[in-house]
Amino acid sequence: MEIGPIWRAMMRNKTGAILIALQIAVTMAIMVNAISIMQERGRVMSRSSGIDEHNIFVITSVGFAEDFNERITIEEDLAMLRVMPGVVNAIQSNSVPLSGGGWSMGLQTEPGAEIEGTGVAIYFVDEHGIDTFGLNLVAGENFDATDITWRERSDTDWPDKTIITRAMAETLYPDDPDGALGKTVYISDTEPLTITGIIEQMQAPWNSWDGVERVMLAPTHTLFGATRYIIRTEPGMRDSLMPQVEELLAERNKNRIVRSMRSMDEIRERSYRGDSSMITILTFTIVLLIAVTSLGIVGLASFSVNRRTKQIGTRRALGASKVAILRYFMTENFIISFLGVLLGAGLTIGLNILMIEAFSLTRIAWYLVPVAMLMLLMVGQVAVFGPARRASSVPPAVATRTV
Amino acid sequence: MFSYYLKLGWLSIRRNPLLSTLMVAAIAVGIGSCMTIITVNYIMSSNPIPQKSDQLFYVQLDSWDPNNEDDDGFEPPEQVTYLDAMALMKADKAYRQIASNRSGLVLEPQGEGERPFAVDTRNTWADFFPMFDLRFIYGSGWDDSADRNLERVVVLSKEINERVFGGEDSVGRSVRLNGMDFQVVGVIDEFLPVPKFYDVTNGAFNEPEEIFIPFNISVEYEFPRNGNTNCWKTPDGDGFEAFLNSECAWIQFWAELRNETEKQDYMTFLNAYAEQQKELGRFPRPLNNQLSNVMEWMEKQEVVDDDAQVMLGLSLLFLLVCLLNTIGLLLAKFLGKSGDISLRRALGASRSSLFIQHMIESGLIGLGGGVLGLGLTWLGLRGIEMLFGDFVKNLVGLDWVMVLTAIGLAILSALLAGLYPTWRACRIAPASQLKIQ
Repeated sequence: MEIGPIWRAMMRNKTGAILIALQIAVTMAIMVNAISIMQERGRVMSRSSGIDEHNIFVITSVGFAEDFNERITIEEDLAMLRVMPGVVNAIQSNSVPLSGGGWSMGLQTEPGAEIEGTGVAIYFVDEHGIDTFGLNLVAGENFDATDITWRERSDTDWPDKTIITRAMAETLYPDDPDGALGKTVYISDTEPLTITGIIEQMQAPWNSWDGVERVMLAPTHTLFGATRYIIRTEPGMRDSLMPQVEELLAERNKNRIVRSMRSMDEIRERSYRGDSSMITILTFTIVLLIAVTSLGIVGLASFSVNRRTKQIGTRRALGASKVAILRYFMTENFIISFLGVLLGAGLTIGLNILMIEAFSLTRIAWYLVPVAMLMLLMVGQVAVFGPARRASSVPPAVATRTV
Repeated sequence: MFSYYLKLGWLSIRRNPLLSTLMVAAIAVGIGSCMTIITVNYIMSSNPIPQKSDQLFYVQLDSWDPNNEDDDGFEPPEQVTYLDAMALMKADKAYRQIASNRSGLVLEPQGEGERPFAVDTRNTWADFFPMFDLRFIYGSGWDDSADRNLERVVVLSKEINERVFGGEDSVGRSVRLNGMDFQVVGVIDEFLPVPKFYDVTNGAFNEPEEIFIPFNISVEYEFPRNGNTNCWKTPDGDGFEAFLNSECAWIQFWAELRNETEKQDYMTFLNAYAEQQKELGRFPRPLNNQLSNVMEWMEKQEVVDDDAQVMLGLSLLFLLVCLLNTIGLLLAKFLGKSGDISLRRALGASRSSLFIQHMIESGLIGLGGGVLGLGLTWLGLRGIEMLFGDFVKNLVGLDWVMVLTAIGLAILSALLAGLYPTWRACRIAPASQLKIQ
């Protein structure tokens, strides 16, 4: 149809068209890569921590007075917390998933200093640990009250038993993860631990660690000066229990302070704040970018309509319908945009390769490229519609005027 | 002439308000988004102590595990062990040196009904204060004898002095920490190095500690360690003594070396120390001790976040889109007034004066975009502050360098964008345009 004349007309005034095409191409490269980063962050954020997040909160108690007895305080605190109405269970632990601070060690299947262990995150818990975190024990059994040991800050002894995650079992025994139960592993090069249970899944405290699901539970209470209580409540009770627990702990013993009380939901939010902010910023960037590009299209199209007012009038006078004029500008934009998105596809992939090398980001999903191409073609058409309609309403009489 | 061109430019901008607004807006949005991200990057990578950053050296000793090799070979541990820190302090070979680590204690205010609260503390040595150029409001740091004689002295931050003593001169008074009384010897002025270079291991953009305590005191009373502790070997035996003598690294060590000779002498000393330790059966890896000055250390620790760099790249591309946009619009505008240009040419204006005139017009648009963009940058930084909260409190300030950069970048971009359209405008042959009229 009219592609021939449109193309030739465009060739007479290439610069504007080239600028729009380039702009669309760079827009597409930014947009697709930004969306790919957003998808990646979304994936990371949606991973389960393995615990009953919505009903858990944590609070830290720090003893400071000379006559503060940490062990008795912990025992009494836990006894009190566990009988509080609305509390499902409570434990003392050194850390929680997503908190960013914790303890890691290496586990190895053979003893010896020359063997490199597999890194594992350690949660110190007692026999209520599995119930408090809401973990799913898939093999073996829970710790017994008699297994629980007490550990001072500078102690180096380990208990005899451990419960590990399935992911840890798979890393230790890649050939036979199901056979991990009952096996002996070594911590601190030579100290043996028997695997007495396997839990389905639980995350380490560091969400960006590549071994994030490698976790072991140790049946130990810690006497490290600062004590963290993990409290699981019945659904819906958490928010009303939090201030109560804080007040009770503070009042029960004046030789300590309680602080850093946070719900798991809040800990998750803080943990992924960087990622969720990145998503917000990128979304904002994409919206602005598309706005700038479409305004550019509107501006240039209006200009070209103004310049060609006389020519349009002439065409109209010679019998071209309004629709034909509209179609002319729409088609012109389509051709420019199409060239733009073709170039954009190349730029997108190039930019992605650069980003993978510089920041080890992930590859873009293939379907993003055609989807973005289609989307930008549509944006172009929408943007040009206004000026094109204005062009189509140029009256044929314009042709008869001199200026 | 310049003011005449300014006036012409202004008139031309006013004649075409839609196109002009679009151009100013495009530049403003580009500058705004770019400068927001540039500011964050700029602050992340800024020099926290410019006056002496190349005289302060972070010390790394490779005392680590011979069986644990990274992909890029052996890297010494980030921090040093207690044994090594004490040996280096005792040797006293640098002009100044400090070993330090992070701790947390509970402060009990003496007033009636005031609740005890937790404070972040730093255990360090007398040299910390002169070495890092801390300024004092009251008193001064402690001296070497306090370190040696285990004196219970503290230096307070300005904020904690406000909170506990209402901002009065508290020198000589005492504060109660973990059930023990400490005598205040000094109160420092505002101290907020960004990045917090002296301890990037425990958060490069965290707030500095609130109370400074002699390191030896913290060991004597076994204060808790709130920082990172890494061990490649389990301590031989239980108890604090065994921990101190272990291969656990938990201390940051800084040395002040005033020139290249001092630096080389110190390196020689470190290597001799390591050799001597090898004879005692420690330091099983090949010799690999390192001295990094402040900016080298920031680089090594990759203080600038990957995300910030990705955003920087994307925002520069964004600016490029805005520029392409401006080029197109300027082109439309300048070619739109071909008649004008031809008339001026015909009346004797030279090409170069037309060129200058149009570049000035572009510059004006750039200036407008820059000023507006600065406003958008401020908004953008507030947005980032809102999103990230207290994590970035120290990263979202605009200083005059950034303000000038924003305006400069805007004008430069507009001039660049104006080059081609101006060139095209100047090439219009006057005769062809005037004929129609």
